[in-house]
Amino acid sequence: MSINETLAQGSNFMVYGSITAFTGAMAAFSISLAKGRRLESLEASASRNTAASHQLRMGSTVTLDKPAVSTSLSDEGDRGEGRRAGNIGMSLTWLGMILLGAGMVLRGLSAHRLPWGNMYEFSLAAGFAVSLAYCFLSLTRDLRWLGLFITIPVLLDLGLAITVLYTESAPLVPALNSYWLAIHVTAAIVCMGAFTVGAAMSALYLVAQHVEDRVAAGLEPGKLGGLASRVPSADRLDLMAYRIHAFMFPIWTFAVIAGAIWAEAAWGRYWGWDPKETWAFITWVIYAAYLHARATVGWRGRKAAFVALAGYGAIMFNYFIVNMYVNGLHSYSGLN
Amino acid sequence: MAWLRWLWRQLTSMRTALILLFLLALASIPGSLFPQRGTSPLKVSQYLRDHPTSGPILDRIHLFDVFASPWFAAIYLLLFISLTGCVLPRAFVHLKELRGLPPEAPRNLSRLPVHVQWETATDVSQTISATQTQWKSKGWRVRVGEDWVSAEKGYSRESGNLLFHLALLVLLLAVGLGSGLGFRGTVIVREGSGFANNVTQYDTFTAGRLYSEAKMPPFSFALKDFRATYQRGGQQNGAARSFTADVDLKATPDSSPQARRVQVNEPLRTQGVTVYLVGHGYSPEFTIKDAKGNIVWQDAAVFLPQDGNFTSIGVVKVPDTVPQLGIQGFFLPTVTTDFSRGPKSTFPAAEDPAVYLSAWSGDLGLDSGLPQSVYRLDTTKMKRIGIEELKPGKSWTLPQGAGTLEFTGYKEWASFSITKDPGKGWALGSAISAIVGLSLSLLIPRRRVWLRMSALSGGGSLCEVAGLSKTEAPGLPAEIAKLALLVKNHTPEVSHVD
Repeated sequence: MSINETLAQGSNFMVYGSITAFTGAMAAFSISLAKGRRLESLEASASRNTAASHQLRMGSTVTLDKPAVSTSLSDEGDRGEGRRAGNIGMSLTWLGMILLGAGMVLRGLSAHRLPWGNMYEFSLAAGFAVSLAYCFLSLTRDLRWLGLFITIPVLLDLGLAITVLYTESAPLVPALNSYWLAIHVTAAIVCMGAFTVGAAMSALYLVAQHVEDRVAAGLEPGKLGGLASRVPSADRLDLMAYRIHAFMFPIWTFAVIAGAIWAEAAWGRYWGWDPKETWAFITWVIYAAYLHARATVGWRGRKAAFVALAGYGAIMFNYFIVNMYVNGLHSYSGLN
Repeated sequence: MAWLRWLWRQLTSMRTALILLFLLALASIPGSLFPQRGTSPLKVSQYLRDHPTSGPILDRIHLFDVFASPWFAAIYLLLFISLTGCVLPRAFVHLKELRGLPPEAPRNLSRLPVHVQWETATDVSQTISATQTQWKSKGWRVRVGEDWVSAEKGYSRESGNLLFHLALLVLLLAVGLGSGLGFRGTVIVREGSGFANNVTQYDTFTAGRLYSEAKMPPFSFALKDFRATYQRGGQQNGAARSFTADVDLKATPDSSPQARRVQVNEPLRTQGVTVYLVGHGYSPEFTIKDAKGNIVWQDAAVFLPQDGNFTSIGVVKVPDTVPQLGIQGFFLPTVTTDFSRGPKSTFPAAEDPAVYLSAWSGDLGLDSGLPQSVYRLDTTKMKRIGIEELKPGKSWTLPQGAGTLEFTGYKEWASFSITKDPGKGWALGSAISAIVGLSLSLLIPRRRVWLRMSALSGGGSLCEVAGLSKTEAPGLPAEIAKLALLVKNHTPEVSHVD
């Protein structure tokens, strides 16, 4: 089947438009973060952390007349002047996501197939998945403080996509021509998106924990104090990061197993330690270690967060280094 | 004994499991950076040739077969022992819990993370039994005392956790058993030729330790037609778009042939064996006659592709002439002559094929007893007698009266990977169980809720409802609130009991 060049061109315009929107969002989120303050002071967070055990911090008083329960964890930021900038950032993120989605749809229509057949298309999809995960999560909670840490990786990803990874729209190589492309690759993209959000939270947790520990020890908040005072408290970040990782881990397991089923149909074995498979396995093992670490005394908190970041590092290695520099059966980057 | 017990406790602790997990991840890394015998044996021998000093050292520490190395096995076996030691006792405890009842309600409910209380005039035993019925109907496991109710939910968290770890053990067994009882071979089949499932017919064949050749299913197939299509024009000019092999399959020697199609992602499954289309290439056909005009060789020779445009190389060995004759050559499917670099193939489809041959005369070395590659000519005892370029249908009169060679045309060949892995189904089943178990254990919180009534000095009673979860349970306060409301509907609040 031939390529519809008009649609392929339209797709490129959408992608450029989305990059513009995300750039605006990044600027707005920076302003929002610079002006915003969270309600609870660092001192309060720090003392709360040292005084109460984790379980008791979930403590709440139930009001029976209104089953909707208020918890003591509602210390969202951005209540001050930063609110307006944050809202602009949020809207631009939605716009960027929609434009990117339109770019992917046009790309798919131009080649009459799912638009994740090479690294350029996969990068667009990953950027879309990150912004989708973020926008979706922001529907039920205030995540404006996180916007900057989402738009930066999305912009880096899209920037790489249009400069280094760009490949003309074309039909699929035969090995990818399977309905497992829709299942396995979609699951992998969704995981990449959500793990990016999880990694951003784990990294911010490390910052917040560092600063709160300093404050609890009677020291000045230090260089990172400004950042820490503009994001939720360490315990909250840790909890949010855990929830994302715990939710995504079964999906990542599914993505790996779907890949194994596809490999069985395509290459004659379900597992062959191809470099991509090996790194998917390494990622799986590291995230499994993270979930165990969080339930192990002495590993909880900071060490566990480092493990989560190592898991994300493995994903990045698998995506960039393995795709571009290591020869294997998953050589679909479309780059030579 | 004491130190054995200590060792066992260390091995089965979570901390050890964590360290083993890290080691497993770390140990896998070299497997992705060094070529591995299992996936690319040719690259391993290339690496050993390129690195004559470091290569053998790396080989001795198993860096070219990491995933079959003793140290990798040591890590995962220790991990699985640790896992068994951790999971088995938990399984017994859990089985007991599944049959038992939740523990008694604690004395002081107000200390619990989620707590609510109100004063009521309703009778205690009536409240207890109403609560029991209502909470039970919401799927809670309920135990009652004289003035308390204790309920628990979310047992499937631990069931899922155990299922997940058990499934991993089964998965490991399935992988081991599958590779022990299965086999894997590759074979090149030319159009018009066939393959019968017999060890001698394979080009490469590896079987598991427990596999017996007597169990080879006796199927056969003939390759009728192979077709490949390619992208024309654009950045990806020449990229493959489809591969199709049409075969006639005989499931058993007596059955009648069935037309079947093998494609990438669509293997042929028969008799517990799976046949995959893994590669393809060209085999030019030659008719070689000696000086007297007798046909000494007539066949299609398999040439191996060297690049994306299917520049292919191969040889023809004619042992029955005196002196023996060897032909070495290139097959170019779409030939373009470039003045600076000579002829080359510019497209993978056979649009304008040509062969570039060199003829050698002498001793092929076939009688030396040493195994020889069918794709390479040993020219140490041979002399080149001439070179020629031929298009299909053209003949070449070989120099020195060595006879004639006609390039009659070409056929395509397809290579198939044929595998049997009896552990496959078990591996898939355990993998699916693992996901189910994992989802249950990560998404369902185990939580407890209690109701306690205590008499107030002024008459009536204080009704308290409280709950607790050992793990993250975002919805717990709301859930407890709902359960408390259920009770409260029957035990209306009284502000001042007199």
